[in-house]
Amino acid sequence: MTRIEAGIGDLDTLDRLAAQDSPIHRLDPRAKVIATALFLLTVVSFSKYDIAGLTPLFLYPAVLLTVGLVPVRVLLRYLLIACPFALLVGVFNPLLDREIVVRWGGLGISGGWLSFGSIVLRFLLTASAVLLLLACTGYVAVCAALGRLGAPHLLTMQFLMLYRFIFILTDEGSRMVRAHGLRSFGAGRTTIRVWGSLAGHLLLRAYDRGLRVHAAMLARGFDGTPRTLRVSRWSLTDTAFVLGCGLFLALVRFGDPVDRLGSWCVGVFR
Amino acid sequence: MHMADALVSPSVGATMWAASMGLAAYSARRIEPEVAERKVPLMGVMGAFVFAAQMINFTIPVTGSSGHLGGGLILAILLGPHAGFLVMFSILAVQALFFADGGLLALGCNVFNLGFWPCFVIYPLLFKPLVGRQPSRSRILAGSMLGGVLCLQLGAFGVVLETLTSGISELPFGTFVLLMQPIHLAIGIVEGAVTAALVSFVWQARPEVIDLAAGERTGSMPSLKPVLVTLGIVAALTGGVLSWFASAHPDGLEWSMFRTSGSEELAAPADGVHASLAGIQERTAILPDYDFAAAEDAQATPAEEGAAWPAVRAGTSLSGIVGGSLVLLLAGLIGMSLRLLQRSRQPATP
Repeated sequence: MTRIEAGIGDLDTLDRLAAQDSPIHRLDPRAKVIATALFLLTVVSFSKYDIAGLTPLFLYPAVLLTVGLVPVRVLLRYLLIACPFALLVGVFNPLLDREIVVRWGGLGISGGWLSFGSIVLRFLLTASAVLLLLACTGYVAVCAALGRLGAPHLLTMQFLMLYRFIFILTDEGSRMVRAHGLRSFGAGRTTIRVWGSLAGHLLLRAYDRGLRVHAAMLARGFDGTPRTLRVSRWSLTDTAFVLGCGLFLALVRFGDPVDRLGSWCVGVFR
Repeated sequence: MHMADALVSPSVGATMWAASMGLAAYSARRIEPEVAERKVPLMGVMGAFVFAAQMINFTIPVTGSSGHLGGGLILAILLGPHAGFLVMFSILAVQALFFADGGLLALGCNVFNLGFWPCFVIYPLLFKPLVGRQPSRSRILAGSMLGGVLCLQLGAFGVVLETLTSGISELPFGTFVLLMQPIHLAIGIVEGAVTAALVSFVWQARPEVIDLAAGERTGSMPSLKPVLVTLGIVAALTGGVLSWFASAHPDGLEWSMFRTSGSEELAAPADGVHASLAGIQERTAILPDYDFAAAEDAQATPAEEGAAWPAVRAGTSLSGIVGGSLVLLLAGLIGMSLRLLQRSRQPATP
């Protein structure tokens, strides 16, 4: 249960960050969703051996992080939790692809190491972009944006309900685990039979409470539309933000700023 | 079974997104509003339940995806296939957004692997006919076990195909399949047992819940045609337009096909794939420097493969390394100065 409870705490952290106020928070959620999508597409479109070409893209999370008032610590913690997946993907690339593609001084670097490095950078960029979108927008606002961008109504409603019910299920679950602990005096191991029964009853209890919660929501006028405190209208700033992001991404993708800056520097020092 | 963004190429990601969004729109239309109203609480609860079950996961070494219970079959059984698919979509979206578990671009792939097979293949074609109108304990057990194993096998195979066509992981097809399938066989057996236990529990305690699942629209069925046409157009567009993003390397689909065919099969059949691919490539070539001849030579003599690859671009040269570190430094500096600026402003505007 601890892992799940910790996860619930994480949900809460991001939502509290989203309640702050900053120029990024004030942007229309749709603009942020579109910009994030463009960013993700750009990151994954680089060649699998590209490392240097990806570096300018770190500007995007860096700016969002600082302007959006997201503590670096929080972001790093999330990335740390998620990174084993990305690392384990790439860690065998150096073993599988041992063709030396770069010779630098006496050191030969194989294609596998380059692609491994590239996978790690891609992971850092994509994961932080998504987490920052949420930390600067909030879950309900992202749902509303998806709905206004054309996602089916039932789907956005399900997004909202899932989020609400995760808390209900954890509530009921921790109550049952506590009750079980109190009645068994912490003695012995819980058998699989007991766990099975607990899981079944958890489902039914959560369902019953879910029915009451849903009825209460309907009584208060819930119609499945995500409602946020900050009412946003698409403004010129949003258009500028999306265009600016697009321009920046196109420049990084096609303009090759790293190579130019690098050769300029090397030229200066020669 | 969650795939990460780092492993998905834009064309694979976008195609699978289109497929999953199409299926979601289709599912939403197939559920009647009155039925949806009654189902909403159960959809929320089941979503939370499967969400929690999927959080107990582990990484499968090398493959870049995680092993955990799928839960798609239980959603399909207790909610009906269409609502089940929507719920699976929402679960994976929350995991991608909040935990960076499975990427946002890879969400389409993940939804397809974990949602499509159980909801639109296994449930209607296997579970429903097997269990029938009068479910019994043994029938539920048989249907759940068989269905659970098959769902995870198909899903895991989907992961293999999508990762290979993206061409970012170096893993050869054979090794990949040998890693994924047996692990998911074991998970599938557990999944089947859990599904059977929960479904028969609910069936005994609350049979009306399962009846509710059957209450989906059956009469006036909207045709699948618009969905299929849209999917076709989107697939063609992503194939054509997104290949602009492709670099000069033969990466992505072509690359992995060369690789796999090169290592798995011998010259003659590979040549066939080659010739036709090269033909398609010539017709659709957008990047003039897409050096297909070089790749073909590399294919013919695997030993020379490395040499035939075009020189790796920026990341390789000295200027690339210098430029890259400078840009990183610059990004950091810009971030830090922005923060300092904010701090200096803060006292003025509390």
